[in-house]
Amino acid sequence: MPLVLNEEQNMLKDAAKDFCGKSTPITELRKLRDDKDETGFSRDIWQQMVELGWAGITIPEDFGGLGFGYLGMGVVMEECGRTLTASPLMSTAVLGSSAILSGASDEQKAELLPALAGGELLTALALEETPHHSPYNISTTAEKSGDGYKLNGSKKFVLDGHVADQLVVVARSSGTAGDRDGLSLFLVAADSDGISTTRTIMADSRNAANIELSNVQAPATALLGAEGKGADVLDKVLDVGRIVLSAEMLGGLQEAFERTLEYLKVREQFGVPIGSFQALKHRAAEMFCEIELSKSVVLEALSALDEDSDEVPKLASLAKARLTDTYNLVSSEAIQMHGGIGMTDEHEIGFFMKRARVCEHSFGNAAYHRNRYGELEGY
Amino acid sequence: MAALDDFRKDTRAWLDENCPASMRTPMTEGETVSGGSKHRSPNPDSYVWLDRMAEKGWTVPAWPKEYGGGGLHTDEFVVLLEEMARIQARSPLEGMGVTMIGPTLLEYGSEEQKQRHLTKIVNGEIRWCQGYSEPGAGSDLAGLATKAEDKGDHFLVNGSKIWTSGAQFADWIFCLVRTEPQAPKHEGISFVLFSMDSPGISIKPIKLISGASPFCETFFDDVKAPKEDLVHKVNQGWTVAKRLLQHERSGLRALASAGASRTAATQTTTSLADVAKETIGMVDNHLANPVLRDSIIQYRMNANAFSLTQRRTVEESEAGSTPGAATSIFKFYGADLRKEQLELQLKARGTQSFGWEGDGFTAEELNLTRTWLASRAGSIAGGTNEVQLNILAKRVLGLPD
Amino acid sequence: MATLREFREETQAWLADNCPDSMRGSGTDAEAVAGGTSQTYENPGAKVWLDRMAEKGWTAPMWPSEYGGGGLSRDQFLILQDEMIRINARSPIGGMGFSMIGPTLLDYGTEEQKQRHLPKIVNGEIRWCQGYSEPGAGSDLASLATKAEDMGDHFLVNGQKIWTSGAQNADWIFTLVRTEPQAPKHEGISFVLIDMDQPGVKVNPIKLISGSSPFNETFFDDAIAKKEDLVGQLNRGWTVAKRLLQHERSSISGMSSGGRRGRYDNLRSLSQIARDYIGMDDGKLADLVLRDQIIGNTMTSKAFSLTQRRAAAENASGGTPTFATSMFKYYGSELGKDRLELQLKAMGTQSFGWEGDMFTSEERTLTRTWLRSKGSSIAGGTSEIQLNIIAKRVLGLPD
Repeated sequence: MPLVLNEEQNMLKDAAKDFCGKSTPITELRKLRDDKDETGFSRDIWQQMVELGWAGITIPEDFGGLGFGYLGMGVVMEECGRTLTASPLMSTAVLGSSAILSGASDEQKAELLPALAGGELLTALALEETPHHSPYNISTTAEKSGDGYKLNGSKKFVLDGHVADQLVVVARSSGTAGDRDGLSLFLVAADSDGISTTRTIMADSRNAANIELSNVQAPATALLGAEGKGADVLDKVLDVGRIVLSAEMLGGLQEAFERTLEYLKVREQFGVPIGSFQALKHRAAEMFCEIELSKSVVLEALSALDEDSDEVPKLASLAKARLTDTYNLVSSEAIQMHGGIGMTDEHEIGFFMKRARVCEHSFGNAAYHRNRYGELEGY
Repeated sequence: MAALDDFRKDTRAWLDENCPASMRTPMTEGETVSGGSKHRSPNPDSYVWLDRMAEKGWTVPAWPKEYGGGGLHTDEFVVLLEEMARIQARSPLEGMGVTMIGPTLLEYGSEEQKQRHLTKIVNGEIRWCQGYSEPGAGSDLAGLATKAEDKGDHFLVNGSKIWTSGAQFADWIFCLVRTEPQAPKHEGISFVLFSMDSPGISIKPIKLISGASPFCETFFDDVKAPKEDLVHKVNQGWTVAKRLLQHERSGLRALASAGASRTAATQTTTSLADVAKETIGMVDNHLANPVLRDSIIQYRMNANAFSLTQRRTVEESEAGSTPGAATSIFKFYGADLRKEQLELQLKARGTQSFGWEGDGFTAEELNLTRTWLASRAGSIAGGTNEVQLNILAKRVLGLPD
Repeated sequence: MATLREFREETQAWLADNCPDSMRGSGTDAEAVAGGTSQTYENPGAKVWLDRMAEKGWTAPMWPSEYGGGGLSRDQFLILQDEMIRINARSPIGGMGFSMIGPTLLDYGTEEQKQRHLPKIVNGEIRWCQGYSEPGAGSDLASLATKAEDMGDHFLVNGQKIWTSGAQNADWIFTLVRTEPQAPKHEGISFVLIDMDQPGVKVNPIKLISGSSPFNETFFDDAIAKKEDLVGQLNRGWTVAKRLLQHERSSISGMSSGGRRGRYDNLRSLSQIARDYIGMDDGKLADLVLRDQIIGNTMTSKAFSLTQRRAAAENASGGTPTFATSMFKYYGSELGKDRLELQLKAMGTQSFGWEGDMFTSEERTLTRTWLRSKGSSIAGGTSEIQLNIIAKRVLGLPD
């Protein structure tokens, strides 16, 4: 698989860098936070992203998308990661699109994909039920009810759950919590009767919600994939999420590292730049190595998605575990190396650490993915 | 030993009688007393307890009696702390007066300065703050630029300080100023004291990543610092400053409390283990996540070894004195332990660790988020970890520059 | 692309016909061939294999054919390597001739030097060793003191080198000497080639903690280096030396084989060993904490080899990448050390067998390999030096 970008991907990356730098610098995230913005992202910016085609990067051209694949989505998310851009890209253009691409019927695809690509629809994946990623540990029930299903349960940490039009709800139609079999995915309107949503305001100033489902009626046509076989779709969606989130994390940690490096060169103490101290040089060089390895795994994992390789699950775990550790390392060191100024709210470097830790717990932390990698390797 | 046993008996009886019930509960943040009148504990018992302890000199048990201290020998001091820990008595008085400037004045102050300042620290009348760091002088503290001109009976101070913790609540400041701009940088510094109510002082809080503002920028515009409050000699302030930092890093008091109670570290780890039991669950009497369990246990063992080391240091030290350069160990290792403890809490609590405000999180969870962010300052404020390691390498290990 | 496909087919066929059966499958370290007059061949297949490969120039596949090399493009080289891996063919020969002095002569040697030295490397006639470090010049290599006086047609060399790997079996040594004592330390050094077969050169082995003696002290007492064997200009040897170190670093990290083989590939995988010594429980290694660490190391190794591949892909021209060499040297040796430490944890007390029948040969090999691995972050520039180089050359941090 190629470990270098082609010309088209490089152009997309440059365009994304330009857009994020001009339209969504970190000052935008700060403003959303300080204004206590109810949406948590700018609808205007989102509309511009849609016009750039980003909502449909991974959606085939037949359905109104760009068909640029996951390497394309990855380079865009990497740039969004650099500026900590809040947008529904992850919830809608990554998780929502892949759920529909891999689980929906042809009719559903024909109806939903053009709407997603056109930015007319926001989605959210309602999966987690505990504070720890545990995709089969689902107690939310889906009982047969008339021609359809009745959903009951409560969901946590639903990305963009407070603004989504449609929810992809992971529920159990048979079996017990922890079983891979018996999960079913439902696409339900967020304003259905019986759904109540509480937005959770988090340290990274990004967007999530807790969602209660109480006797929510879902028609049989709301099923994504076969009843009881939802995990086949879910696994794919989660691996997509893990890999693309890793790309976002790669952008964030590179930005934090570059800003820190710059600071090491200009901040003077004892009459010399602090970057001349070997204690700091060695740590910077160690981080450089970790970052280079991180770039490689993200590229490989994105390529694997585009090639629909059997290696996707392992590479997803490799990427998410490595990027979690590296982003945590770099964002913590960034504060330490900035010293007191790094602890201030006024300085932007602290935003990266907050984002790093929330990313850590999205779709499985490093230990989760080491365990999974070992299972996939058979030990 | 007999005398010490008697002391323990008397102390136990006195504490039983005098420590109010509400002072035997874990400290809550707003009820910490650091002296002065600008920030008051909402609990009146805080002041009952302060006054009773101050009367015996036990707000600063090891200070000499003539300055209002308890005059206790190290052994007695440890007994007092053990007995306080037994009933979970709160510390009656905190702050930079008892931990930093007090011990420094005991070593470097003139008799007149001791008489004038120490008793007001003991009884909690005056709260102090520290004017050390400047925007351009962080780790390189001696690079400070705030200047003080000799005007006969006073110095005229101009410049600014940063990271002045609690400046908005302080009555007095101890401050490093440059009195001889031409001298090599360590040799033109003086250590002065002045009232925070002096004309020409203004304060601006600094908001941190945790959202709190425990620190300020403090600006001096033609502030008068009376000559009688110059500590030690003019241009010899650096010697005083370094010693004060050692008190800051590990005042005997802090070491003794941690070591004597043996609970400072274990308490927090117990709560860490409890948190993990609740959020991760148990299987066969083991935490259900074996990898996280291993990390938590490793942390707990390190924390225990650390508190044993604090206790050992107290027992080795001369009565009442703060150890020297080795205090850097406690500053460095303690800050890392605390950061580690909070990182493990995040891992145990998962996404519930990152609540910022509003619904969906308990008060404890919201508090954890802020505490975690604030803990990152532990390895920066009061001398970064890198500076501590340099001090250890140079002063303790004797490695060359 | 058609030509590449043809090349693959031809190579496959040639290897099938020419690689002796005894040269397929991994060999022990003792069986590795490094050439030179001291080389013995217990397995006659090894000599056959070497001669056949040398004749095609495939012992040095990417060197120009006028100096005996294979003249392959990078793509062809990668194909050759693929096909060798496919049939588990051993490398016919290795050593510093190929990884260090050969590439350096290609960069800096005169036409006459290339003609004279390179073919003898290719066909395994001459074995080389390196005379860089001195007792007083380790990490601070440029402070070396071995001096070379100009005697007209030759230099008279006096001094001592240390850590001369394989000197006891080498025919020639490439070495750094001080030709201008008054100049600043980097500017008075020259790079010369010396025939070891002369009375002025003495070699004394150094026994390491692993019990083996791969390194030596080498003494020069009025040794003669001919002027025609001065590489690069007089007093400009430091430039040559630095370039050679890049070749060495990338070679230690496995880059010279296209990044496809790690240093410890002849060992069984960590997880296999752990399965045997720890056992399995419910489909997982029974020690869940060690399992987490083993998986961590395995994942990092995977990320590392992906990065080697990425560096190769980025470096389409086929030369030695400059930015990456220090990183690969540093990270590769630390990763290898970590892996061996985990192997010890997995094997418990069986890891510490020194000799005798109570330990399997794998266990005894591990003990030695583990100890030897500690040298990987010291030899060829310590990890600390590599980090300094990254900080300065890559990150641009000030001195």
